[in-house]
Amino acid sequence: MKYVDEFRDGKLAQGLAAAIAREARPERHYAFMEFCGGHTHAISRYGVTDLLPANVRMVHGPGCPVCVLPIGRIDMAIELALRHQAIVCSYGDCLRVPASDGLSLMKARSRGGDIRMVYSAADALKTAQDNPARQVAFFAIGFETTTPPTAVVVKQAAALGLKNFSVLCCHVLTPPAMHHILATRQPSDIAIDGFVGPAHVSTVIGSRPYEVFASDYRKPVVIAGFEPLDVMQAILMLLKQVNDGRAEIENEFTRAVTRDGNPKAQAIVAEVLELRDEFEWRGLGVMKKSALALRREYAEFDAERRFPLAYSVVPDNKACECGAILRGVKRPQDCAIFGTVCTPENPMGSCMVSSEGACAAHYTYGRYKQ
Amino acid sequence: MTKVREGYVRPLDIKNGRVDLTHGSGGRAMVQLIEELFARHFANEWLAQGNDGALLPPAGGRLVMATDAHVVSPLFFPGGDIGCLSVHGTINDVAVMGATPLWLSASFILEEGFPLADLDRIVASMARASKEAGVPIVTGDTKVVEAGKADGVFITTTGVGMVPEDLTLSGDRARPGDVVLLSGSIGDHGMAIMATRENLGFAAPIVSDTAALHGLIAAMLATDAEIRCLRDPTRGGLATTINEIARQSGVGVMLDEAAIPVNGEVAAACEFLGLDPLYVANEGKLVAIVAAADADTVLAAMRAHPQGSRAALIGEVVADDHHFVQMTTGLGGRRIVDWLTGDQLPRIC
Repeated sequence: MKYVDEFRDGKLAQGLAAAIAREARPERHYAFMEFCGGHTHAISRYGVTDLLPANVRMVHGPGCPVCVLPIGRIDMAIELALRHQAIVCSYGDCLRVPASDGLSLMKARSRGGDIRMVYSAADALKTAQDNPARQVAFFAIGFETTTPPTAVVVKQAAALGLKNFSVLCCHVLTPPAMHHILATRQPSDIAIDGFVGPAHVSTVIGSRPYEVFASDYRKPVVIAGFEPLDVMQAILMLLKQVNDGRAEIENEFTRAVTRDGNPKAQAIVAEVLELRDEFEWRGLGVMKKSALALRREYAEFDAERRFPLAYSVVPDNKACECGAILRGVKRPQDCAIFGTVCTPENPMGSCMVSSEGACAAHYTYGRYKQ
Repeated sequence: MTKVREGYVRPLDIKNGRVDLTHGSGGRAMVQLIEELFARHFANEWLAQGNDGALLPPAGGRLVMATDAHVVSPLFFPGGDIGCLSVHGTINDVAVMGATPLWLSASFILEEGFPLADLDRIVASMARASKEAGVPIVTGDTKVVEAGKADGVFITTTGVGMVPEDLTLSGDRARPGDVVLLSGSIGDHGMAIMATRENLGFAAPIVSDTAALHGLIAAMLATDAEIRCLRDPTRGGLATTINEIARQSGVGVMLDEAAIPVNGEVAAACEFLGLDPLYVANEGKLVAIVAAADADTVLAAMRAHPQGSRAALIGEVVADDHHFVQMTTGLGGRRIVDWLTGDQLPRIC
C-alpha cells in the first residue's frame, strides 16, 4: 500500500532503532509521554517498544477521546435514547464504555434504545434527513480532529432548516490536558522528559499552541505522525533535544502539519462552537476552558438545550485506576483489576474499551510481557 | 361449457411479483413457489421424490454434519450473494473436517414483500454453486414472516459429508513445532461487504473470495501428509481462528506478519475504516496446521491448486502455557494477536 508501507518498513525501523540506541546515554533514564491514543495504539500494534533500549520508556497520555469521557456524559447519551426516544448516532468506540446502572450504549440498545454506529458526523446528519419524524442526536466526542466535522454538520443542519437534529457536544481540547499533566505532577511521579505531540490534532491546530510547553515548562515536544516509523523518528528527535539540553517544538509530521494548522477548520469551529467555562474529564477531573459547546446562535441544535438533560458527576469504580493511567502516573499493569476483573469483554474503565486506550492496547498487544 | 382449464395455475410472476404471506402458508401458493422457483433451479432426484425428507443412500463411512445460518447484508455483493455464500459456507464447514461433502439442505426465511426476481437470482446462484461443487440440495423448507420481521431473506443450510475411517482432523491436535499454512490473501470477503455497505467506491471493487474449498482440501489430503487440523477463518478472521486452535490444543502460535498475504485494496480499505485485516472475515480461505516435516509437501499441493496459488507458511506452533497467539510485526517488534472483542462487522455472512 503506497504512502503507508513506507512508514512501516522493517529495515528502516532497524536503522532507527540503532540510532536511538546510540543516542540514549546508558547512565540515565528517559521517559516520554505520547499524548495521543493513536500513538499508543501504533506503539503497541507494531511492537515499537521492542525496538527501544530498556532505559527509554514510553508513558501513555490522556489523548484517547473515549477514555477521558466521564460516565455522566455517556449517561446523558443513554438518556437521550431511552427516555427521550431519540435516535442516538455514535462513533463505534463509545458503544461499549460502561455507564451507570450497568448500562452502556450497546446495552441500552438491547433495551430498545435506537442507537446507531456512524463513521462520521455526516452520517448522523443523513440519519436525521432520512428520519424526519424522529429526533436524531449526534454524540459528538473527540479532540480537535473530530471537532471541525461536528461544526460543519451543525452549520449544514441550520442551512437545511432541520428541526430534528441535535448534537450532544463533548469535544475537548488538547493543550489544557497537557498543561494539567505538567502542572499536577508530583515529585513521586515518573518525570516526563518530553512529549510525542499529536498527529491529527496538530493538522488542525498547528504546532504553535505547544510552544508554551517549551517556553514555560522547558519540555520538548515533537509532533509525530501515527505510523510506527514516525513515532520512532520522534523518539530519536526527543532524545537529541534532551541530550542537548534543548526544549523546542519540533515537527516530524511535516507532511501534514504546519505551524498555523488549518485556518479554515479553525474558523468554522470558532463560528459554531465556544469554550465551556469548565468540563469534567475522566481521570483529570474538572478543568476550566478545556471543552467546547455550541454557541447560542446554534442553540436549537444543542441536545443539552433541546431536551431536558442534566449532567451529574458519577464516580469511577473504586478499584479502577483509569484516572492515574490517563495522567501517566500508573501503567495498566499497575491496576489491581487489569486483566482479571477488567478485560475488553467486560471493561470496568474506559481505558479498557477504546483501541486507543492504554489498557486495551496493553491487554490486546502486549500482555505476554508480564 | 366452463372456461375453467383443468389443473391450470397461472405461473408465478417472477419478474414483478413479491413474496406474500400465502407463500409460506402451506397452501397452493407455497407449492407453486417451491415447484416454479426452488425445484426448477435445484432439480435433482432427491427433491423429485417430493416427500418431507430426502431418502439418501448409505454413505459408506463416518458422517460429518454441519449447519450455518446466513444473514449477510447486502444480499448481493461483488463476487457473490447470499445464495452462493450459503452453499460455500456449509460445504467448507464439512470439508475442513476432512469429509467429502455429499448433500445439503436449505431453509429459507423470507420477508413479506421480498421481490421474487431477487429470490430467483439468489436461488439460481445457490443452484450454480451447488452444481459446481457437485453437492446437491436434497431437501428444504420455506417460511414467510411479516414485513419488517426479517431483512429480505435469511438462509440456513446444513451439509452432510463422509470422512474416511483413518482420518481425524481436529483443532486440538496442534503440537509445538507444527507449522501454520494459509491458502491465500485475507480479508477479501469482509472488506467486499464493508466497501459495498459504506459506498467506498474504489476504482477496482474489492471482490469477495467466497468459494467451496473441498477441491483444495482433497488435493491436500491426497498428499498423505500429517495434517493436524483445517479451519476456514470466517467471522473474526484469521486471528480468531488461530486463537481457537491455540486454545483447543493448549499451545501458543507465533505468526510472521510479513508472510501473511493481504491484497492492496483490502489493506487500503482496512486502513480507511480503521480495521485490522487479521480480524476481517474470509469465505474461501483455509488455515492448515501441519507437521513441520510435511510443510513443503502440503504447501506444494496447495500452490498447485487454483484456490491455493498464493498459499504461504505464516507461522509456527510453540509451547506456551498462556496459549497466546503472538506475531512478529513487519516493523520487527512483537505483539499479541488477541481474540476479537465486540463485533465491528455485524452481518458479514
